[in-house]
Formats: sequence, C-alpha cells, structure tokens
Amino acid sequence: MVVFIIRRTLMMIPVLLGATILCFALVDLSNDPVQDRVFEIEQSTGEPVPQSTIDALESSWYYDRSVPERYWIWLTGLGDTNGDIGLLQGKWGPSIEGSAMDISYEVSTRFWITLRLVLFATLASIGIAILAGVVSAVKQYSRTDYTLTFVGFLFLAMPVFWLGSLFKEGAVQINKVLGSTVFQTYGSGTTGFRGNGWEVFVDSLPFLIVPTLVLMLGGYAAISRYQRASMLEVMNSDYVRLARAKGVRNGTVMRRHALRTALIPVATFAPLALSGAMGGAMVTERIFGWRGLGVYSLDAINAGDTFAVMAYVLISGVVVLVGVLISDILYGVLDPRIRYE
Amino acid sequence: MSNTAAPRLDAEAMATKERGQWEMVARRFFRHRAAVVSLVIFLVIVLFAYVGPFLWKWDYKIHSEIPSWASPSLDHPFGTDKAGRDMLGAMMQATKQSLNVALVVAIGSTVIGALYGAVAGFYRGWVDSVLMRFLDIMFVIPFLVITGALAGAIDTSVRWYHMAIILAVFGWTSIARAVRAEVLSLREKEFIEAARSAGGSDWHIITKHLIPNTMSVIIVSVTLQIAFAILSETTLSFLGLGIQSPDTSLGLLIEAAGASAFNEHWYLFYIPGVMIILIALTINFIGDGLRDAMDPRQTMVRR
Repeated sequence: MVVFIIRRTLMMIPVLLGATILCFALVDLSNDPVQDRVFEIEQSTGEPVPQSTIDALESSWYYDRSVPERYWIWLTGLGDTNGDIGLLQGKWGPSIEGSAMDISYEVSTRFWITLRLVLFATLASIGIAILAGVVSAVKQYSRTDYTLTFVGFLFLAMPVFWLGSLFKEGAVQINKVLGSTVFQTYGSGTTGFRGNGWEVFVDSLPFLIVPTLVLMLGGYAAISRYQRASMLEVMNSDYVRLARAKGVRNGTVMRRHALRTALIPVATFAPLALSGAMGGAMVTERIFGWRGLGVYSLDAINAGDTFAVMAYVLISGVVVLVGVLISDILYGVLDPRIRYE
Repeated sequence: MSNTAAPRLDAEAMATKERGQWEMVARRFFRHRAAVVSLVIFLVIVLFAYVGPFLWKWDYKIHSEIPSWASPSLDHPFGTDKAGRDMLGAMMQATKQSLNVALVVAIGSTVIGALYGAVAGFYRGWVDSVLMRFLDIMFVIPFLVITGALAGAIDTSVRWYHMAIILAVFGWTSIARAVRAEVLSLREKEFIEAARSAGGSDWHIITKHLIPNTMSVIIVSVTLQIAFAILSETTLSFLGLGIQSPDTSLGLLIEAAGASAFNEHWYLFYIPGVMIILIALTINFIGDGLRDAMDPRQTMVRR
C-alpha cells in the first residue's frame, strides 16, 4: 500500500510538469504584462516611458528572456535570478502587483480558505448524491424516483453563478425577515478575526453555509445519476437475489451486499467532483466576496500575471491528483478483489 | 430474434415491415415523452434566437427612446434595463450568441475528440500511451482558468467565435475517452479485419468503419457538449472573461442584473437564468432520449 502510494505520487510528477509547461506557454504567450504596464504609465504621465524603466520592469519580472528560459527559471530558480523565483526552492516568483504582493504569502493564506470550501462542498455533494441515487434506485419508477431525477436534471442544467447569486440574495432576504444575521453572505470570516486554527474555523462556519450549499447542489446531480444506475445493476444481480433467498433482512441486503458494490463506480467520479468544485469555487468566491484562491486566480488572469496564474494551476493540479489517488485507494477498500502491493 | 421470444410478438413481427437502424432509433426516440417535449422546446428557443430578431421591433442595443427600468409590459414584454435596452431584443441576441458558441463547440470538440479517441484506440501501444498521458495532462489543467486566461488575453473585444474556438480546443477530452473505449472493443471485430484484408488504409478504417460505428456515443456526446458549452460560456461571460459589451450573452445579462433577484427588477435576473436552464435542461433530456433510443441492448418491447 505504501509502495503503491509512493509510486502513484511519483507518477504525478510528469503529469504536473506537462500541465505546467502547457499552461505556462499558453498564458505567457498570450499576455505581455510589461507592455501593459508601459501603456499604463504612458496613460497616467502622458509621456513616453524611458527605455531604462522598461528594462528594469523586464528584468524584475524575468521578461528579458525567452519563454522556455522563463519556464526553466520559474521551475528551478537556477541561474541568474533576483532570488525571488524557483518553485523547487519554494519561491513562487515575482508578482506584477509589485514587491508588496508576495505570491507565496497570498497563496498559503488563501489556500486554506478555498480548500475548506471545496472539501466541504465535495463531501456534501458526494453524500447527497449517494443518498439520492440509492433512494431513486430502490424506489425505481416511483413518483419519488421521477421527482429526484427531475430535480437532478434541473440542478445539472443550472449554472453555478446563477444559483449562487440567487441563494446569496435569498439569504439576505431571510436575514432581513428574521432581523438577524443567520447567514453571512459576504466574506469568508469575520474581518480582522484572530485566533488559533479551531477558533478561525468556528468563526468561518456561518460564512460557509450558503456557498457550500451552492457548490453542493451544483455538483451532486451527475454523480447521483451514476449512483442510481450502478445501484440498479447491483440490485438485479444474482448474489443479491441469493442473499434475499437465504432470508437476509432487506436492510442488511441493501447495506452490506448492494450498496458496498454499488459505491465502486461512484468512487471514479469523486475526483471529477473535486475538480468541478475547484472550478465552481472561482465563481462562488467571486459572488460571496471570499478572498480565496479562485478569486486570486481571476485577478491574476485579468492582470496577465503569469506567475500567479501558474501558482493556481499547480495547486489545483495537486489537489485534483490527490483526489484521484484517494479515489484509487477507495477502490481497494470497496472492492476486495483489488490489491495494491 | 424476437420471433422466438414470445408468441405474442410473432404476429406483430410478421405484420410490421422491416425497419432500418435510424428509423428504429427515431421511433424509439419519439416514444420518449420528455425527450420529445424537450426537442420541441429547444426548437422554439432556436427559432426565438435566430428568427426572433427579424420579427421584433427592438434590437439589443441601447436606444434613447426606450425608458429605463420599465417593468414588463406589452411594449417591452421582458422589461428594460437601466441603460434603456429592450430586454426581449437583448434576450434574442444573447440567446443567439450563446447558442452559436454552443453549437460550434459541440461540433468542433466532437470532431477533435472523436478522431483523437479513435486514433488512440485503434493504434494501441505507445501511440495510445502518449495520447492518454496527454489527456491526463488536460484533465489536471483547470478548465475555467486556462480558457479564461486565453479569452482574457484577446486584446480586441471578445466575439462569440473566439469563445467557441477556445472552448472547443479545451473541451473535447470527455468525448475522446468515450470514443476510445468504444473503439478498443470495435477494433477486434471481424469487419475491421475484413476491411484491412481488403486493403483499407488505417485512415480509411478509422474514418469509414470505426467512427461511424461509434455514432451513438458521439451523438449523445454532442448533445451533452452543447449543455456543457452553454454553461461554460455563460460562466466565463459572467466572470468578465467572455463575450463583452456592446455585444451580449446570457451570462453578461445576469452579471448586469446583479443583486436584483428579489427587488422590483427581478425580471432582469430570472429571464436570462431561466433561458440558460431551459437550454441545458432540454438538451440533457434530448441526450437522454437519444441514449435510450440508440442503446442496442434495449429490447424492442416497451414495458
């Protein structure tokens, strides 16, 4: 098992390298922050920018070299640097927002905010998907089944940003009616709140409810369809019929024989749910005014800040790959025929 | 096959004439009530978007004679926004742009994905390994970030075809996987061997034998791609990384409506939202109906 995990972790490296190379090339080639900044300065001062300023900008952002060279220096930090770049040395590179903006500080504080939202939402959507799928399958072709199926299709068709805006305004209305703030609809925690990890977490709970609900409803429907299909298949299989025939109680058959097997295909979709929630987090963070990674990446995209975009690409890539690894391990837990050595 | 299955079917089988495959698919599809209703609604939406602008007196642009923030009335059935824009005209244009993107993405990504998946499944070996590793890489790249970054980098105002190309270039991976899985089993069949022994080239076998036989997977994928493209395009436009003003899109209209879901301008928020949901919902039902209709394992007997 340990060997398996180590081997799989090592296999992530080429995938991450490939993904970062592709992203770096695309983002870098399509943006030119130096030119944008020069244009900005020209607009504000009304005078042509001296060549020395351009050179200084280029050398501080490493734009005085080619794209492959820039990628290499971003990855390794080897060579002629200002000491602020090199992923392997734990440095994320300079931010074009100036030296006051430290990418590694931003990323590390925002990461937990986003991870909290994404993990809660993914777990909640998988949980509700299993529940809805199993109920649908057990009561196949009943009114409950049709209702659940239709509701699932409805949420599948609903854009997260619309649902998010709707729920946010709805929560504001509920707060107004009740005359208190049951739901916090702006920000990810009380402004300026300080405390240890647990206190921060407790403080963030009222802020977490509505965004988690939005992401959960946005992500559960696809999985619940697969859960229903696999549950139906298992319930019609011979060994479930055998278990029934030898007189096992219905609840036990469902729980021990049917559900456990029916969960296996759903484990495949857990990483998909995770990457969907990462994407959805960008939207919900924007709507609910969170200072998380998703909003950070949006700002970086708008500014054409390649190093900051790459930080997001890398982190979201690692999160998704860890999700894949966990789902592979879950396979082994759910399916006794699979052995990892 | 059905002749021996049940005597009850015997008479029926003899009385009915032989049907072609597509005829059978169409018959099964039209028995799927939700799918047929969805198809009708979807066609109405298409007419609304492409024919509507020729029939309605206002376009999507701002006109000085249109009052601002008028509630829905006979003159402006969907109301007007703050700047003085007829929302019915804006909705027609927005729906048209979103549908344009969706249809081009569906076709473009399906062509890329089907060829990619068929090549990977047909050659197996190292070609397959390389192509599948590249798919893994595409899976890891955050879709909204990369498409948003490319759309955001376009210097001129972003048009619908920019969005369509960007979304198609990054949205084909699921089709490639589905087609590859089909092709992996198809390539072992006798008719492929026959085509090869008759001297068919690889390209001929892939395009003339393998891809046509995965048509059922591909057609279902096309419908799901339409829903996926609509949701992606509107999301990017909502985030300010898609189609930009003065042109309009369903996502842009919702973004402009802002926090008006529960105030007197509710119609600005709900009408474009309901339109997105209607398109994606009907497309999903149509895809579901097509999947049922084209599933060869399904028996001809309806219970």
